[in-house]
Amino acid sequence: MFEVLENEILAPELHKLTVKAPRVALARKAGQFVIVRADVGDERIPLTIGDADVASGTISLFIQAVGASTRKLVKIPVGGFIRDVAGPLGQPTHIEKWERVVCIGGGVGTAVLYPLVKALAQAGNKITTIIGARSASFVILEKELTALSQDLQITTDDGSRGLKGQVTRVLAELMTNPESSPSAVFAVGPGPMMKAVAELTRAKKIPTIVSLNPIMIDGTGMCGGCRVDVGGEVKFACVDGPEFDGHLVDFDLLRDRLATYRDQERKALDRCSSDKCKIGS
Amino acid sequence: MIKKLSTKERMALQRTKMPELDPQIRSRNFEEVNQGLNEESAIQEAQRCLRCKNRACVGGCPVQMSIPEFIGELAEGNLVQAAKILRHDSALPAVCGRVCPQEVQCESKCIRGVKSLPVAIGYLERFVADWALKNREKVREEISPTKTGKKVVIVGCGPAGLTAAGELSRRGHEVTIFEALHDTGGVLRYGIPEFRLPKEIIDIEVAGLVEVGVKIECNVVVGKTLTLDQLREEFDAIFIANGAGLPQMLNIPGENLKGVLSANEFLTRVNLMGAGRNENVATPIIKGHHVAVIGAGNTAMDCVRTARRLGAERAMIIYRRTEAEMPARKEEIHHAKDEGIEFVFLTSPLKIIGNNENWAQFLRCQKMELGEVDSSGRRRPQAIPKAIEDIPVDVVINALGTRANPLLTSTAPELKLNKFGNVEINPETGETSLPGVFAGGDIVRGGATVILAMGDGKKTAESIHNYLRQK
Repeated sequence: MFEVLENEILAPELHKLTVKAPRVALARKAGQFVIVRADVGDERIPLTIGDADVASGTISLFIQAVGASTRKLVKIPVGGFIRDVAGPLGQPTHIEKWERVVCIGGGVGTAVLYPLVKALAQAGNKITTIIGARSASFVILEKELTALSQDLQITTDDGSRGLKGQVTRVLAELMTNPESSPSAVFAVGPGPMMKAVAELTRAKKIPTIVSLNPIMIDGTGMCGGCRVDVGGEVKFACVDGPEFDGHLVDFDLLRDRLATYRDQERKALDRCSSDKCKIGS
Repeated sequence: MIKKLSTKERMALQRTKMPELDPQIRSRNFEEVNQGLNEESAIQEAQRCLRCKNRACVGGCPVQMSIPEFIGELAEGNLVQAAKILRHDSALPAVCGRVCPQEVQCESKCIRGVKSLPVAIGYLERFVADWALKNREKVREEISPTKTGKKVVIVGCGPAGLTAAGELSRRGHEVTIFEALHDTGGVLRYGIPEFRLPKEIIDIEVAGLVEVGVKIECNVVVGKTLTLDQLREEFDAIFIANGAGLPQMLNIPGENLKGVLSANEFLTRVNLMGAGRNENVATPIIKGHHVAVIGAGNTAMDCVRTARRLGAERAMIIYRRTEAEMPARKEEIHHAKDEGIEFVFLTSPLKIIGNNENWAQFLRCQKMELGEVDSSGRRRPQAIPKAIEDIPVDVVINALGTRANPLLTSTAPELKLNKFGNVEINPETGETSLPGVFAGGDIVRGGATVILAMGDGKKTAESIHNYLRQK
């Protein structure tokens, strides 16, 4: 049992949970994730470790309430418990010192990006961070990321904050100027966003690292449900990833496989929205 | 009072049949297929045992259970004694009695099998073990061992780990098990379906270990949460028994289509997460109508029978050889047939063809015929030219087997591995290239059986005990 010490709402449907998990806090590195299960009968879901504090033995998890299981997780009150937290899993981010790094976070991906930016900043990189969000209220971690970045830019789909449009608009502009063109790009967000970023940097051969979020059960390489195609090779995101060379990832396959349980997920959500929800009870 | 039988009377007794749930009903639920013997038929079956001097059956058992002895007590109606003998020899008799391939082990050596059918050792083991689970206070060992003050950590809560935990704690050592998943039992829980091994059995066996002081901590992924080095600092000895949890892929086109999954994923969803078995669980499962399972071992049988229970109209085994070469237990094949499983033999998958939404739609197969005998002693299947068949499917499950999971070993470079990635051990002691670090079960063997893992657990516990005494 893992106690929830804080439960903060960062944006609509997006919570930051601070969870007591001393071993995970001690062992984790940037880019790694945990598998959590809210309670008996619930799904095992992978969540990136947003941050960790060794002294207090806590980790922070950023959870977007999109499905039945994530909705249940964000409802856990302070002093409540997450039944299972296993990790840290996956490979840590490969951190080195590039000249200029552009870090791009889309939606809740910004939370996944945050520990990467932190680690890259600690390694002495000059970072331009781009946050992409649906609208102003969905922009998260702006303050924290501003503190770590030389420059921070925001784009929103509706223009309610920053530049109207996609994150690639900003990246493309940075790439036109040799002074600002990055030597590496990190992108975390929805598949189509990461794909667009990778397409943009491909011609200039700018190393582009993306963090993938396929369907996962055990997180230890056991089930192969999270398999992705990277450069024509089958990789398991849970043990080989979750970060891969964006120029080699088959994003269409990723998107397709993510849709495997869409019908069931919708039904589960409908059940949960009605009063008859029994999932996990 | 049980009547003493003459040898002639013993010889006249016919082997008891295991009562089974009706196939029509059971192929739509997850209840245990084998219902177990009642006391009367168990005692009668025990009376078939001739108590022969050379104890051939014991030689056929990977953990050398005292088979004639427990059967002898059972034949006399001494259930307590019979149970104590079992309990002494095996940490998980109720599991072995269900999932061991007795027909190729103990029962294959039984002298009664020469002229008629062997004594149903497996059924009897299960009967006594189940009785013991219901009468725990009667078989409880009163003697509590002297504490040695030595700390042993076991990595993995599967059959090898649980067996070793029982043996070591009985010898007075302080035992901690770290399990990567959120629940105990390892492959017994995530791999073997409820209809073959009710999860309740694992719960009771595990509770018994906890009662005698074994500490079990789930959600600890050794290699990730804690490193082997950290364990070596904190514990006096380590037993690595984290299994062979890495699925072998099909490596044919279409493997990444939706509806194509590994046996591990399919079984984990249903067995560990409860998907499809209980409407109140959140983990989803695809309930295929036409399910093809590729492979012919026990795992393949578990998958295909599970798919049937989830509602598949056609649940098929696709195998490139024939029934005679199937590695699965005879009993599983027999049960599967009764449940309406189709066996598509001499058929080898070439590719999986998807529909316009990338769901598996056809399994394209090459028809085979048997040729010359190969190195495995079996006739080699060879392709019949131009004999191609497209089998309509919506779910394809790959049950080709598993390999050692590198999760721990890849983070402990000083641990010596063989070319398959299995941990190398001294076959006598189970000790690895690192002093005080032992290993057993599937992480050493690759994918093998529950009983071999338990045998490793038992044998290695003995050498860990010796190691700790000398330390």
